[in-house]
Amino acid sequence: MNELAIKDLLYKLADDQLILGHRNSEWTGFGPILEEDIAFSSMAQDKIGHSLAFYTLLQELGEADPDTVAFTRNANQFHNNQLVELPNGEYDFSLIRHFLYDNAEIIRFEMLSQSSYEPIAKVATKLKGEVKYHVLHANTWIKNLGSSTEEAILRLQSSLNEALPYALAMFENSKYEQELIDAGVYSGEDAVKAEWLKRIQTVIEKTDLKLPDLATIEPKFGGRYGKHTEHLQPLLDEMAEVFKIDPTAEW
Amino acid sequence: MYGGGNVFEATKFDDLQTEDPAKLEEFEARIARGEKIEPTDWMPELYRKQLIRMIEQHAHSEIIGALPEGTWITRAPGFRRKMAQMAKVQDEVGHAQLLYSAAETLGKSREQMLTDLINGKSKYSNVFNYPAYTWADSNIISWLIDAGAIVNQLANAKGSYGPYSRALERICAEEAFHLKYGHDAVVHMATGSPKQREMIQAALNRWWPPIMTFFGPSDKMSTHTETLMRWKVKMATNDECRQQFLDMYVPKIWELGLTVPDPNLKKNMETGQWDYTEPDWDEFKRVINGDGPCNAERLAVRRTAEERGAWVRRALLNPKAKYVRPLA
Repeated sequence: MNELAIKDLLYKLADDQLILGHRNSEWTGFGPILEEDIAFSSMAQDKIGHSLAFYTLLQELGEADPDTVAFTRNANQFHNNQLVELPNGEYDFSLIRHFLYDNAEIIRFEMLSQSSYEPIAKVATKLKGEVKYHVLHANTWIKNLGSSTEEAILRLQSSLNEALPYALAMFENSKYEQELIDAGVYSGEDAVKAEWLKRIQTVIEKTDLKLPDLATIEPKFGGRYGKHTEHLQPLLDEMAEVFKIDPTAEW
Repeated sequence: MYGGGNVFEATKFDDLQTEDPAKLEEFEARIARGEKIEPTDWMPELYRKQLIRMIEQHAHSEIIGALPEGTWITRAPGFRRKMAQMAKVQDEVGHAQLLYSAAETLGKSREQMLTDLINGKSKYSNVFNYPAYTWADSNIISWLIDAGAIVNQLANAKGSYGPYSRALERICAEEAFHLKYGHDAVVHMATGSPKQREMIQAALNRWWPPIMTFFGPSDKMSTHTETLMRWKVKMATNDECRQQFLDMYVPKIWELGLTVPDPNLKKNMETGQWDYTEPDWDEFKRVINGDGPCNAERLAVRRTAEERGAWVRRALLNPKAKYVRPLA
């Protein structure tokens, strides 16, 4: 198996979760109700933990240690999709992003748990149980709020419209896509996208929200190849602020 | 994280003469026997009021206390600290949730308590009106403020009101982990590079004066205090808590080669008590009354969070909302 292809996949998985975990953690102390504050913090901890698991696999393949990889790279070295790096905005945007992202992530984890590449299969099997709860959380809140007040429905609809171009770019193919599929690592992003669409439609149909015609939306590609919005570098600078005071120190 | 202290000052001592003497006598006998008072049990108005006030201030302290440390979640150096800092601050928010629920059993709603917090009517622990300038400040809070909180909360966990006492037992169990985490972080700083040592000593110097006021000024031993102690609402005096804290933690600070910025701090072998420079209680009062370095900022953050989240609460209370059980 081409090691570069595996590394590319691992970076994508790890970076997505590190950045979204970081964003989720920004809700600590600011949630609309205490319970949501706590929920976003829990998911943040899981996501950061998942990223660490994948960075650890990368280290086993010869990459630098997880702290160095996470805390010292620049934005153009990150492989996350742009959806996860966007600022939290209001709760409606964070909730919609969480819904769109985790419904894709669970499918990736389900596929990867069957992977021909055993180290990933093991990690994915172990972690998918946690992502399942993230999906339950997202779907429950979308169903509750998406059929409540006019104000809530309007907010969620507008966030959904705003997030979709970024969400569709989650499935940007890597340059190793076919290789990964052929080697049975997983079924690839197009397959993830097809299943994702079914799942999010099922939830959205139970609400007063409408899924726009996806054919008319231009996805914001580039994240998988190091092209990011202006929001990622400041996030990374903040994350590394203390670490970079002395990268050799034990904190 | 709550050190008590400023709880009882501003309340007028209600006239207990208006209470039914037989019921009052039975209530006091129950407490004397070590029984817990539960939400539906008879209790004097003063007991109810003081407990609401105390639990509410404690809950506010948890939620406001999450802010200075919360700032450092996104800056924590390395995975180990990042995950621990998140979990630690999340615990504090969880404590607030638990405590608001305990206070609600006495008849005041969470929404009303949060409104009183934002309006400045209810107080919270004064130390959180001071800023956490650096990562080291956050470590000092995790270690020593949590340590102080444990001293106060372990005492109050033996109090007479069932729901508060049970909440405190759970909270103390979690705070014990915070203490270990905070101590571990401070040890790494104090035994680390010269820069790290300098950071942690500077943070300790900044936090020492607020820490010394954490338990509040010496109690005025009034009839009021006596009654509250007899009812097991107040379990230890502010000075007792402060002395216990100094006994437990000053040696640990010295052990790390750090200095405490008070030349008069020493254990008096004759009295068995710690001598120290009297904290600046005028500043303490000034800060409690709103004129501290971060009062406005802390309340503004809370107010913004409440305002930005109001639509979610309206949506949840909407009768049209379809409640969905989270099970698939």
